[in-house]
Amino acid sequence: MTIQFNEESFRDDYSFYNSERAIKRFPFPFHEDSYMYSVNMEQHRGGPKDSVYEKRFDVDEHYISEMRDRAIVLAEDPLRCQSLPHMTLAGWDLLELIMVSKSEDYPDLFELHRDGNTWRWINKPLGIDDTFTFLDDATLPYGPMEYITRQAQGDFAVLDQRDDNLWMDAGMVTTQADWSLDFDIGMNFFEWHAPVPLAHEKGIFVRALKFLLNIQQGAPARRLNWTMTVNPLLDTSPENYHKWGIQKTTLTPENIGAKQHLRVELQTFFRLPRSNALVFPIRCYLCSFQDLMTVPKWGRRLHRVVRDLPVELATYKGFINNRPMMLDYLKNFDDGLPTSPGIWPDLETEPPLQK
Amino acid sequence: MSGAEKIAVTVTDIVPVNELVTRFEFKRSDGGLLPTFSGGAHTVVEMRDGDITRLNPYSLMSDPMDQTAYTISVRRDDQGRGGSLFMHTKIAIGDEMVISYPVNLFSLDLRAKKHLFLAGGIGITPFLAQIKQLERFNGHWELHYACRTQSLGSYVDELTSQHPNETHIYYDDQKQVIDLVRLLDGQPLGTHVYVCGPKGMIEWVRQTAAAEGWPREAIHYEEFLAPQPGKPFEVKLAVSNKVISVGEHESLLEAIERAGVDAPYLCRGGACGQCETNVIDYSGTFIHRDHWLDDAEHASGQKIMPCVSRFEGKTLVLDR
Repeated sequence: MTIQFNEESFRDDYSFYNSERAIKRFPFPFHEDSYMYSVNMEQHRGGPKDSVYEKRFDVDEHYISEMRDRAIVLAEDPLRCQSLPHMTLAGWDLLELIMVSKSEDYPDLFELHRDGNTWRWINKPLGIDDTFTFLDDATLPYGPMEYITRQAQGDFAVLDQRDDNLWMDAGMVTTQADWSLDFDIGMNFFEWHAPVPLAHEKGIFVRALKFLLNIQQGAPARRLNWTMTVNPLLDTSPENYHKWGIQKTTLTPENIGAKQHLRVELQTFFRLPRSNALVFPIRCYLCSFQDLMTVPKWGRRLHRVVRDLPVELATYKGFINNRPMMLDYLKNFDDGLPTSPGIWPDLETEPPLQK
Repeated sequence: MSGAEKIAVTVTDIVPVNELVTRFEFKRSDGGLLPTFSGGAHTVVEMRDGDITRLNPYSLMSDPMDQTAYTISVRRDDQGRGGSLFMHTKIAIGDEMVISYPVNLFSLDLRAKKHLFLAGGIGITPFLAQIKQLERFNGHWELHYACRTQSLGSYVDELTSQHPNETHIYYDDQKQVIDLVRLLDGQPLGTHVYVCGPKGMIEWVRQTAAAEGWPREAIHYEEFLAPQPGKPFEVKLAVSNKVISVGEHESLLEAIERAGVDAPYLCRGGACGQCETNVIDYSGTFIHRDHWLDDAEHASGQKIMPCVSRFEGKTLVLDR
């Protein structure tokens, strides 16, 4: 399918929007009417046609605008992209993984021509046609990780694996849910997850680390995570909290449907072959409450999840103050009917709103 | 399906290296390219020997960047359960085999300012790939390689001719011994030590380095244990509700698989921890042989690594 790229912004006038197609393929993160942490990993090898699971790296209508937004963030704050010296080989691994995947999965948009170590990369949406020498840093305008992640949606944490732990030793992080690469760089898995409530006590991180350490070449994994964002902001970083945090107070019963967004991360995990590092792409999808409510099943379920979420989680995810207003809005879309299991919209089989 | 992803390959070359060691080359049967890998990685080779299927790990020794072929070296073990003998006597050029994707449990620490390799016997193989990887990026390394005799020194000639300044060879029969304390003492800050060889050598290096004040994180080691034969025993698998017998020459993991129960695994050599299994009930003695569980876990009677460990006694009930 040819993608029609949106002309939109994730700041100032917030002209971001989802087409009808984008709403239908939105990765709604709740497979049942309640939510608690779990190590909800599954294999990442395809999924239903046109779903965000179908390709190794999903490219959608927001691609060009998201890459423009990333360039703005990097120009203001270069520390959003960092790579410790021993991570350069992992950067080349990542460049290869993304170029090979995109050129195979979207041959109409991306081309990779390899002649030994001389590689030619064509990125049609961004108008790039570069020839370089694989594994020779001097032949690219940026380091390999920065070069390719300026052309790939989502954040990328590149984790070194040693001493039975994972280390946040490189990354490109401009679309994050309130965490900082500059703060976390060099930390291990337990250190960078220290702020998360409840999950440590449940042993979630010990099990998650064990799973991640054993992710092998050729067998990537994925999971969904979520939070809430007021206004379609990609860059909800601690560095810029003074700019976006205050916007949470601008919600009103009149504007909440358009302004309040469910923010979902499609997190994938790939073992990198040459470096034995692990790459953790974190792809952010935003959808306004009013667009979500066009899917009756999601309207019913989102109300129940937000209503029943433990206080600690609503606080950690930053919407405890706005929860009453959210519930006043969402309850209008919950008629009490049961919902079908799983995350998919089930538009053909789920009944329309009964009130 | 447990274990790493599989690749269908064809045996394209078999080269006797010396009296004990034979090298095998694999290419993809579909003519495509193999995945690149990182130095230190191994592949698990499936051996179909009549009714018995063995899956043995072997270090990849070829250039990690060479996607046309993988090579491994197999040392014949006349006392073992037959995996290496099968490779030496039953496998011919042109045979179709199945191997796993590369898995690395013995990775280089790329932060190291210098890599100090200590090899014993067939333990040289992962270093051959790591050396090729480091050479490509001008890495700083040094090899100390102990062999029983000159004639059993696999790849000694190749190493000493290509890397005369980095390679140091020691022959046991000439009473040549690595002067480890002195060697460790002379290393620059930021050196990482890697040891691969017999159990005794690994213990010697780890203990000597610890006594000399080296940080634990700077000492890397890999020893694949081949499962050892032992007395047959019976096991009840509680989840799948089956009673199985483990034969003298098969591992507990192989017996579980033979019963059609899909159990997780990766290295099959007691190192990776994937096959860790909870014990529900037992009356008897465990013969723990893995590197994964610590002494307290071994003593607790609550866990077993079925890839290499066995049991002697009346009752063993596993959560599988």
